Amino acid sequence: MAIDITQFRQVFFEESLEGLDAMESGLLQLAEGTPAEETINTIFRAAHTIKGGGGTFGFQELTSFTHVLESLLDEMRSGRRLVTQEAISLLLQAVDVLRSMLVALQAGTEIDQTQVTEFQTQLEALWHGTAEVTPHPSAPVKTAGDPVRSPVSVGWHITFQPCPTMLQTGNDPLRMFRELETLGTLTVQVDMTRLPAFADLAPETCYLSWELTLHGAVSREQVSAVFEWVEDDCALSLTPLSVPQVPEDVPSLPSPEPAAGVERRAGVERRQSTAAADMNSIRVNIAKIDALINTVGELVITQAMLSQLRDGFDMRHLDKLRDGLDQLERNTRELQESVMSIRMLPISFAFNRFPRLVHDLSQQLGKKVQLTISGEQTELDKTVMEKIGDPLLHLVRNALDHGIESPARRSEVGKPETGCLHLHAYHQGGAIVIEVSDDGTGLNRDKILRKAREQGLVGEDETPSDEQIYALIFQAGFSTAETISEISGRGVGMDVVWSNIKDLGGTIAVFSEGGNGTTFTIRLPLTLATLDGQLVRVGGETYIVPLVAIVESVQIDTTLIHTVAGQSTLYKLRDDYLPIVRLGDLFCVQQAGGAGSEDLLMVVESAGRKIGLIVDELHGQQQVVIKSLETNFRRIEGVSGATILGDGMVALILDIAGLLRLAQYRGGMSIELQRGETARYAA
Amino acid sequence: MDIAQTLGTDTASIVTSDTRQYLSFFLADAEYGVDILRVQEIKGWETVTALPNTPEYVQGVMNLRGAIVPIIDLRQRFHMERLDPGPTTAVIVLKVIHDYGSRIMGVVVDAVSDVHDVTDAELRAAPECGSTASSECVKGLATVNGQMLIILDIDQLLNTGELAVATSHT
Repeated sequence: MAIDITQFRQVFFEESLEGLDAMESGLLQLAEGTPAEETINTIFRAAHTIKGGGGTFGFQELTSFTHVLESLLDEMRSGRRLVTQEAISLLLQAVDVLRSMLVALQAGTEIDQTQVTEFQTQLEALWHGTAEVTPHPSAPVKTAGDPVRSPVSVGWHITFQPCPTMLQTGNDPLRMFRELETLGTLTVQVDMTRLPAFADLAPETCYLSWELTLHGAVSREQVSAVFEWVEDDCALSLTPLSVPQVPEDVPSLPSPEPAAGVERRAGVERRQSTAAADMNSIRVNIAKIDALINTVGELVITQAMLSQLRDGFDMRHLDKLRDGLDQLERNTRELQESVMSIRMLPISFAFNRFPRLVHDLSQQLGKKVQLTISGEQTELDKTVMEKIGDPLLHLVRNALDHGIESPARRSEVGKPETGCLHLHAYHQGGAIVIEVSDDGTGLNRDKILRKAREQGLVGEDETPSDEQIYALIFQAGFSTAETISEISGRGVGMDVVWSNIKDLGGTIAVFSEGGNGTTFTIRLPLTLATLDGQLVRVGGETYIVPLVAIVESVQIDTTLIHTVAGQSTLYKLRDDYLPIVRLGDLFCVQQAGGAGSEDLLMVVESAGRKIGLIVDELHGQQQVVIKSLETNFRRIEGVSGATILGDGMVALILDIAGLLRLAQYRGGMSIELQRGETARYAA
Repeated sequence: MDIAQTLGTDTASIVTSDTRQYLSFFLADAEYGVDILRVQEIKGWETVTALPNTPEYVQGVMNLRGAIVPIIDLRQRFHMERLDPGPTTAVIVLKVIHDYGSRIMGVVVDAVSDVHDVTDAELRAAPECGSTASSECVKGLATVNGQMLIILDIDQLLNTGELAVATSHT
């Protein structure tokens, strides 16, 4: 009975890609000059797993490639080879080649053979050529996946002597022989000389060894692939059969192998790569699943309690019913949170590619950069994670290209030669904050202003604040780089960053101290699927304001309302003047009365700017599921989406950043508004 | 065998390749038709949630089993006088195909009428009378039981102007 192993392929790909990531980060640690034994071991193990898995799934190319890699690493591990920088960069490139091979295999497309062969030759040259301590690794008996394709022989004589503990590792010789049988005609002879008396027999110990003869046009790789998993636990020798081979007459000894001597035509099935290219799966921490199961358990108990109440209910049980419903509400909330948390991944998934990127880029640019990462355990939603990768990439590239100076320049201005790039993530309220900071030149305020004036983004007579000037770098087509380099400078980077983050409902702010570096601060909602909202009534409509955006709500005191230039309305809130606007006016909804004292002022904030919204009434708070308006309609300024309320009606979710734009677009407000924002809205 | 063949030819003669079925409805005393294959369902009128800063003919959005579906008032779309919803007012939920995919939209009509078979040959091109947006949305005219049936091109009708799908997602 053959197990269909193709079903495990996806797992293999995922694990292998994870293994590659581990190898990469290990290699980068080595590159920093700490040849920690444990690090090499980690890299070696990862390579070994990929090789083993590759063999199991029949990916010969993968196996033979990884084999060379593994041999090199083995020498490093045992101290027979020094860990040199060239070796590391070669190994890093090898990781890239392996990754592209895996991706090709996963997608079921052709592997770029020329690249692989070329690279394999390079690796072999390194392996054979310059082993520094031992001249040549004595060709091991276990020639699994020999890089040089051996000629196909008419058959093989195999001596297989497993070590006594082989069975304990879960390897079953029977399966291997069956696998061999699919390759050709197999004759098995068992050697039982080591078999002890029955009384001394330990059932988990392997006492047997085998002599096998395999007839058929089979390559050495094919045979050794069968023994892939046990090669460390056995003595294995493969001898090609001479050409005019008369099959050895093997007397059928009584053997525990039911398949011994049975002929079967090899149904050589080259497994079709039908696996869907991208399964879009997610790996979840088991603790989260446990929490989920606990919650479901509680839910079941609550349900049982409630249904017990139903039988013979009278008013005396009303309190119990109320308690039960409270409990049900709590359970539902917990269940929802547990389910949502399954989608949450640590941000290290997004951060992990940067050590490599910084390593490569800094070499390319001839800069010395040290990357530090903190808060990588901060969790965020998988969909947010997928979309934040590109903006982060742009920011990191920019920091390396424009931010951090060359070592010479740095020592001139009295900074340490090695620049610092810091990635930091943390939770704040219902949002995740990601900071990308460097200690490079910082933004050149005057240069940006000059460029902006040249491009007509800022009028000659205007004097925008620093913050407004820095915000200009997010404009499409705006770049201050004098030369367009391979890495950045075309002015397409920052506006992509800005629009991606905006799409995610986030904000980005930039802070720079001239000459002392730049810090980009990205704020993103934790999840895109639900939000905590405050229900407000305006006229006959109900809207939902995201709770995170609300600063406070106050009863309006009409004496504090001031009108500026007959148009914009300000409200004196303690010591501050706050622009206020009637939500009904923005949305063309009939709103009762004037700004009377019966109205409520809800102070909301987005990207550091506040505005007061006049609403008629506040209703309850509730968690709502976000539905897109764009699916069947289009985007509406000031509205981020819709949700369905308990009564089945649709309620719109307000987008505060959009409302601010809407308010200023209406010309209602002139103070506190940034020109850059207006330009962006018009664009 | 013979019977099966006869049946087969019979059904074929009923629905030939160039015969289409149209769901007809009334709008200010005129009868209009839309391709029945695009009709998802017909609903009674329900209160909708208004969308801010949209043209008047966009009535709002409705909850259709968890999906948010925009509702278009066809009277207002055709610059006719608005009519308050009555007992026969219905919402026809349509699948509208555009360049990037498809979406679900509802149109408000005075009353749903019937299903008519119209062959492509019976379809007359709409005469050129003025170049209003409304006449662009007419696929053709047909005569059914002596009455004029105006066949609408819903993709044209519900993808133009303010209803157009944003070409980029920036």
